[in-house]
Amino acid sequence: MLAYLVKRLFQAIAVMFAISLIGFAIQGNLGDPLRELVGQSVSEEVRQQLRDELGLNDSFAKQYLRFLGNALHGDLGMSYFFKEPALDVILKKLPATLELVLGATIIIVGLSVPLGVYTAIKPNAIASRIIMGISILGISIPVFLTAILMIFVFSVELGWLPSYGRGDVVYVFGYWDTNFATLDGFVHILMPSLALASIMLPLFVRLIRAEMMETLQSEYVKYARAKGIRPYRIYFVHALKNTLLPVITVGGVQIGTMVAYTILTETVFQWPGMGFMFLEAVNRVDTPLIVAYLIVVGFIFVVTNTIVDLIYGLVNPTVNLARMGA
Amino acid sequence: MSSTEITPPSRWTRIAKSGMVHSFRRNPVAVGSMLVFLCIAMAAVFAPVIAPFDPYDPINMDIMNSEFPPVWIDGSDPQFVFGTDDQGRDLWSTILYGTRLSLLIGLCAVALQAFLGISIGLIAGYIGGRTDSLLMRLADIQLSFSTLMVAIIFLAVTQAMFGSETFNQYAVYFLIAVIGVAEWPQYARTVRATVLAEKKKEYIDSARVLGFGPVRIMVRHILPNSLSPIFVISTVQVANAIISEASLSFLGLGMPPSQPSLGSLISSGFDYIFSGSWWITAIPGIVLVVLVLVINLLGDWMRDVLNPKLYKG
Repeated sequence: MLAYLVKRLFQAIAVMFAISLIGFAIQGNLGDPLRELVGQSVSEEVRQQLRDELGLNDSFAKQYLRFLGNALHGDLGMSYFFKEPALDVILKKLPATLELVLGATIIIVGLSVPLGVYTAIKPNAIASRIIMGISILGISIPVFLTAILMIFVFSVELGWLPSYGRGDVVYVFGYWDTNFATLDGFVHILMPSLALASIMLPLFVRLIRAEMMETLQSEYVKYARAKGIRPYRIYFVHALKNTLLPVITVGGVQIGTMVAYTILTETVFQWPGMGFMFLEAVNRVDTPLIVAYLIVVGFIFVVTNTIVDLIYGLVNPTVNLARMGA
Repeated sequence: MSSTEITPPSRWTRIAKSGMVHSFRRNPVAVGSMLVFLCIAMAAVFAPVIAPFDPYDPINMDIMNSEFPPVWIDGSDPQFVFGTDDQGRDLWSTILYGTRLSLLIGLCAVALQAFLGISIGLIAGYIGGRTDSLLMRLADIQLSFSTLMVAIIFLAVTQAMFGSETFNQYAVYFLIAVIGVAEWPQYARTVRATVLAEKKKEYIDSARVLGFGPVRIMVRHILPNSLSPIFVISTVQVANAIISEASLSFLGLGMPPSQPSLGSLISSGFDYIFSGSWWITAIPGIVLVVLVLVINLLGDWMRDVLNPKLYKG
């Protein structure tokens, strides 16, 4: 187990290295830091001198090591546009994005488990067929289209919900600004989280249904039935536990995927999170911010995947560690 | 003498008599989806013939014609069946051309995925050892990053690097490349599993003894065993690729508004949704959803027929 743990951590570090290398390559090739600093009006000699001072004439390896050293100290350069450290800019936007992911996760977990279990228990009921039909429709609608549809119905036509921004946010712990503290904030986060959940929810309903149907065929469920345990206890206590293991694994990986989909949702709802900021940074060719986003998002992916793999290795005794690379 | 001679059934009759065609005929959802898909595909292929206007020709962009509603709403112009977009182009023609682009990018990207994934899967499974574990580790890492995320970052950086003019010119190729490369592990894993299962069987040994080279054994003897999962994956992947392309174009990282795919058309209409011109977004949106939906339904049916246990999320 320890060997597996060490190997898995080593892999995570290797991937982070690769990401930092990509980030560095982008930084070196995208835009000119000198022009951002001094503009066009400086003579060539002064430019060369500045390049030397900034270390832009050093070898690739030397520059990369310096970049890496700074990155490990949390210094990812100054944003050209905000004139602030890029990492600070991103971390300020992080709560907005994470709250969106949190809201979507609550919706997904709250709905997918009962719906998935129900469709597995009664696969031929009309309600199950409707749920499965809606789920395949849900998979087929891109998240931005769901978002636009919701804006059109609830904001433009009915005027019930606000269509953009975060509304009233409250600072908790001095740093984290939350949407869940006021009614206005809550109303603002409702549609974006629903839109973000709409892409994952059908996947999870189908996954839980498939796993649950398989579990219900197993011997121990039959035995529990023969013993005369009430059906709902079998479904929700005995069977669901074993269903959730693969669901949690997939779920952990999907959290990373959801960060990607936040870019789409944030764009439609003009939600002031990381994804919206990233697209703005791309339009302004704000290289340090682009690189910082790449590294922060890469970090989120690597951390969630590593944790999910480790939990999976710990929880599931039947998992073959050798096959997973231990 | 000649009456006892049995000719082996041709490939076509074998397909026609297989269970697949039978179950296809008995499944109204599959037949309906197939019909709709064929209609959309035909419309896409023959877009230049069907479309009343050429949306790429600046002559047909008249700002005076912009934002006409579809014909069934008051204030429309009868020559534009589905109305016009914000630049005064006929929406029906633009949708036909956009569908063509979306389908083309989706199919080409999946062809690229399949080619890469099948080759890598065959090599990993057949050679085994360190090559195998290295390639599969790469597949794990590639899969752990969401395709959309990789595509967004790659296209954003490319766009910033080349400038939007050059980028727009080659956007089709960039999209195919990035969607094609990002999803190869889906195929590689399936193919590798087949190779590992088949490699030790006797018919492979006999092929080797006959002196066939490894490439021939891999492609002609082992690969046909994984055709049904490859079919199932491909259908789902085409649907996903079309959605990815639309999402990227929506973000402005794909097809430019001058040469819109369905995603960029929806994106340009989104700015006008608050002023009431809903059709610029809604009609391409419906086409996109119907296209992806029928492909997904076909994929669902195919999975049930070919391999009910394959799908797990």
